[in-house]
Amino acid sequence: MLMTLDYRTDTVRSIRAGLSVIIYPMQYLVDLPGNFISWTRDTFVTHYTLQEENTTLRTQNQILKAQLQKFTFIEAENVHLRELLQSSKRVGERMLVAELLSVDLDPFRRQVVINKGSLNNNLYVNQPLLDANGVMGKIVHIYPFTSTAILITDPNHTLPVQVARNGLRTIAVGTGSDNQLKLLYLPNNADIRVGDKLITSGLGCVFPAGYPVGRVTTVNTNPRLPFAQVLAKPAAKLDRSREVLLVWPSHASQAKMQTPCSRTQKTAP
Amino acid sequence: MSIHERRRGSWIITFSFIVAILLSILPLPPGLHAFMPSWLLLTTIYWSMALPHRIGIGVAWGLGLLLDVLYDTLLGQHALVMALVIFLTLHLHQRIRVVPLWQQAITIYVLCLIYMLIIFWIKGLQGVAPDFWMALISPLISALIWPAVFVFMRNLRRYYQVN
Repeated sequence: MLMTLDYRTDTVRSIRAGLSVIIYPMQYLVDLPGNFISWTRDTFVTHYTLQEENTTLRTQNQILKAQLQKFTFIEAENVHLRELLQSSKRVGERMLVAELLSVDLDPFRRQVVINKGSLNNNLYVNQPLLDANGVMGKIVHIYPFTSTAILITDPNHTLPVQVARNGLRTIAVGTGSDNQLKLLYLPNNADIRVGDKLITSGLGCVFPAGYPVGRVTTVNTNPRLPFAQVLAKPAAKLDRSREVLLVWPSHASQAKMQTPCSRTQKTAP
Repeated sequence: MSIHERRRGSWIITFSFIVAILLSILPLPPGLHAFMPSWLLLTTIYWSMALPHRIGIGVAWGLGLLLDVLYDTLLGQHALVMALVIFLTLHLHQRIRVVPLWQQAITIYVLCLIYMLIIFWIKGLQGVAPDFWMALISPLISALIWPAVFVFMRNLRRYYQVN
């Protein structure tokens, strides 16, 4: 009864949120040792290490800044060209840094808990989650203090991607094992090779286009099967990163242009 | 007097449940988590066996609901299965209590297996069907550590005179 309600509707969300408040202290407690370790690592460092790190970070910052100069110019040019083509603009997204709580969820799924909830931030369900290297997943449940997110390796998660080299579109499905994605519905003669970079295509209207997803690791073509078996490795460090980025893609400009995204978003809720 | 007598040791029961919940969300290396015994189920089985008049199906259902929120699964799936397993335990508790520990462990294996299989079945209905053989491992480990859990909990119960 309750399970059906939860599966089909949103009515029991308040029960879930209420119980999560009871649960939160326990999650916090379990997270404490990991938190403490990172705190000690941050506190007890030598002056020399800090100096060294500072130097490398400064150099890196210089390089990134130099690249950014070029990037702003290219972005402006891109917006201009898209205006000429009368297609929707891609404008900058808002971001927020969140931290993962080190607690384990259901062992047969790939999910994480983050330390941002509905109390201070206006998160929304299906919000994309990134780390420094690529797409991690999206938010499924929002509670007052925490939220849970589903990772792209979860067997229930599908992600529309395209190959960066030639724009070949496909769907990346999680396999349930760490560091492996499966690419579906690619014919045996598709132009895909080991080492190809995959980026989000933005077609599902959940993830903004152009973020790195992973790299193709194996391509197995068997003439007896209708499709090629292609596996990829996610770019994001799904099992290691502690800090994640929450993204608010800007749909405002897309709504004006009546893209498929704005239509599905109106009907979805 | 009898009411006062009956209420003794509620905090130790609550505390054991909290520890069991903490153990069940303890971060582990990936892949190892499927081998974890169902701590909360074992604790609940112990208390419902030792004190069937206090820990019953209602408590089990509530704890299962907490587990659902904790694991972010479908609300009610662990609740239903916990309630079912505790119903069986209450039905059998007088027969389980008297037999030696290793025979108890066999019963625990069957109970945990029922728990796991129904959880897997509900997952299958939702479209996420994990590997079937994984369902057999966690109950096995639960049964193997049952004697230790039982002795520890019995000492705890006797020391604090929970009744």
